Amino acid sequence: MSSRPPAISCRGLRKHYNDVKAVDGLDLEVEPGECFGMLGPNGAGKTTTIEILEGLTKPDSGEVTVLGRHWGSHERELRERLGVSLQESRLTEKLTVYETLELFRSFYERGRSPEQLLADLSLEEKRDARVGKLSGGQRQRLAVACALAGDPEILFLDEPTTGLDPQSRLQLWDRIAVHKAAGRTVMLTTHYMEEAERLCDRVAIVDHGKIIALGPPADLVASLNAPHIIEFATEPAVSEELLGRIPGVGERRRRDERWLLNAASLAQAVPALLAALDGAGARLVSLSTHRATLEDVFLSMTGRELRDE
Amino acid sequence: MSERRNPLLVLTRARILEFVREPEALFWVFAFPIIMAVVLGFAFRDHPPDPVPVGVVDGPGAPELTQALSKAGTTRPQAYASLAEGLEGLRTGKITLLVEMDTSRAPGPGPIYHFDPTRPDARLARLEVDDAIQRALGRTDPAPARETLVHEKGSRYIDFLLPGILGLNLMGTGIWGVGFSIVNARLKKTLKVMVATPMRKSDFLLAQILSRFVFLVLEVTVILAFGVLAFQVPIRGTLSLVGLTTVLGSLCFAGIGLLVAARARTLEAASGLMNLVMVPMWLLSGVFFSSERFPKAAQPVIQALPLTALNNALRAVMLEGKTFPAVFGELLIVTLWGIAAFAAALKIFRWQ
Repeated sequence: MSSRPPAISCRGLRKHYNDVKAVDGLDLEVEPGECFGMLGPNGAGKTTTIEILEGLTKPDSGEVTVLGRHWGSHERELRERLGVSLQESRLTEKLTVYETLELFRSFYERGRSPEQLLADLSLEEKRDARVGKLSGGQRQRLAVACALAGDPEILFLDEPTTGLDPQSRLQLWDRIAVHKAAGRTVMLTTHYMEEAERLCDRVAIVDHGKIIALGPPADLVASLNAPHIIEFATEPAVSEELLGRIPGVGERRRRDERWLLNAASLAQAVPALLAALDGAGARLVSLSTHRATLEDVFLSMTGRELRDE
Repeated sequence: MSERRNPLLVLTRARILEFVREPEALFWVFAFPIIMAVVLGFAFRDHPPDPVPVGVVDGPGAPELTQALSKAGTTRPQAYASLAEGLEGLRTGKITLLVEMDTSRAPGPGPIYHFDPTRPDARLARLEVDDAIQRALGRTDPAPARETLVHEKGSRYIDFLLPGILGLNLMGTGIWGVGFSIVNARLKKTLKVMVATPMRKSDFLLAQILSRFVFLVLEVTVILAFGVLAFQVPIRGTLSLVGLTTVLGSLCFAGIGLLVAARARTLEAASGLMNLVMVPMWLLSGVFFSSERFPKAAQPVIQALPLTALNNALRAVMLEGKTFPAVFGELLIVTLWGIAAFAAALKIFRWQ
């Protein structure tokens, strides 16, 4: 096992577009059989990074190896062994689903038959439909089916479920799970923390072209030292100083008129909070709690929300 | 695991399907050249020249004059009640010449002609009318002339035009067909998805060119059949040489289409470039009128253009029945353009 090279490895990756540092010194290593997610807001550099790893964009500096090979010397071999689904790419609208799969299948030495690919992504009913007539979710499934045409060892998916209906999203998640269960590697980018938590063995949280946190989703959430988040708003507003004195409350963040508090134990923190608000004469407008997620990790590290648009 | 099919063939088939399912594209390939040939063919069809409208001022001798002109048949006399009315008709262009009989002159009556000497048709009308009048009054020609009229197929305007339209169409469909589909694929990132697979880039470009063959056969057959059936345009050379010429022409322009689309990122940029390439050839390469009409100094450049060479070769084979050695030079020019354009396109092609 240990003699196998990492599926993907990169060191000191940098890519600048004019003044924008899209990728700014990024290192990562993905093990074979792992599902690895890059999580970050729009513009964090996820797409540039994944396209460098896919050999479609040249980095300004840094080293990339995929399956122990370099893009410069083994491009054809690597292309045979990888499957790529790009963000916002459109397949030829005038071809049918089946014709499109036949086309992509013909590019690979070995691979899955168009019939298998149709079944893989539940597209059998759309076999003879033109690509131009498909819904967004069906198109995205077709794009992933094309990426699977060469039965790839590594599947790259850039924002695979952005803008999809829940059913298409679930179908894609199932298919990614099947790929992983076969011992294959998956590398995906997303800005849905739910997707990352559900699919990924490890997640890199990316912001401004750098990895700011890396690890299994559960570990990242645990690093907050507070499995619960209390969210509330009052009338009139209360000061941070008051909240700091409440026992059992960890980090405090303000979002608009709401406060978000990290808490190790709701049973301890909530009654204490209510008592403190009562004592300060503040009336509660809203109160909710949830288990901490990757979203809270991102918020805690950057002070911004993942889907700040 | 499943069996693999030849990617070049699958790509070519995909490109053909894509094209055939685009009704607008089909229209431009087939209907457009035929409409153009019909319109121009009828505009310049063979028919005797229209009789020239001539005004005759009423008065003594006018009925005889009108009768003499009608008999000669080359003019269409119209009666005017007075000189003033006749001059009005002349001014407004209803007639090109006005005749009045002057009976006051000695030794006998003679015609007075009113016309604009800068108009060739007016001067012609004056000669025709005068000839008719003099003959009617009994002139005998000292050297009687005889006429032999020429209406040979192959020397009419439509005969000149049809090979030009064929060449023009090969250029248009080659450059548009290849260029737009490539820029569109680049724009929608279809190209990028394909580059992320092990597809050979040369297969993709070659498929663009190979798919042209299918359209070529249809396109050439439809246009030639139309010319032969509707206008009896002759094909004096061998069909195989006509075929070879159109194949080389089509490949040449597909290559130029690839080059034009090699780097363009938007349809606007591509269509600007296409016009830049095509419009000069529309005008200079002898589609509608002979390229020989341009000044001598410009001829080396004009004759080296691929459409000029293609049109010259098509006309030589179709109208003059020339054989391969006679058009070798023209075909070489066409082929070299195609190879150079394809090589350059492969080198500078932008895949993302």
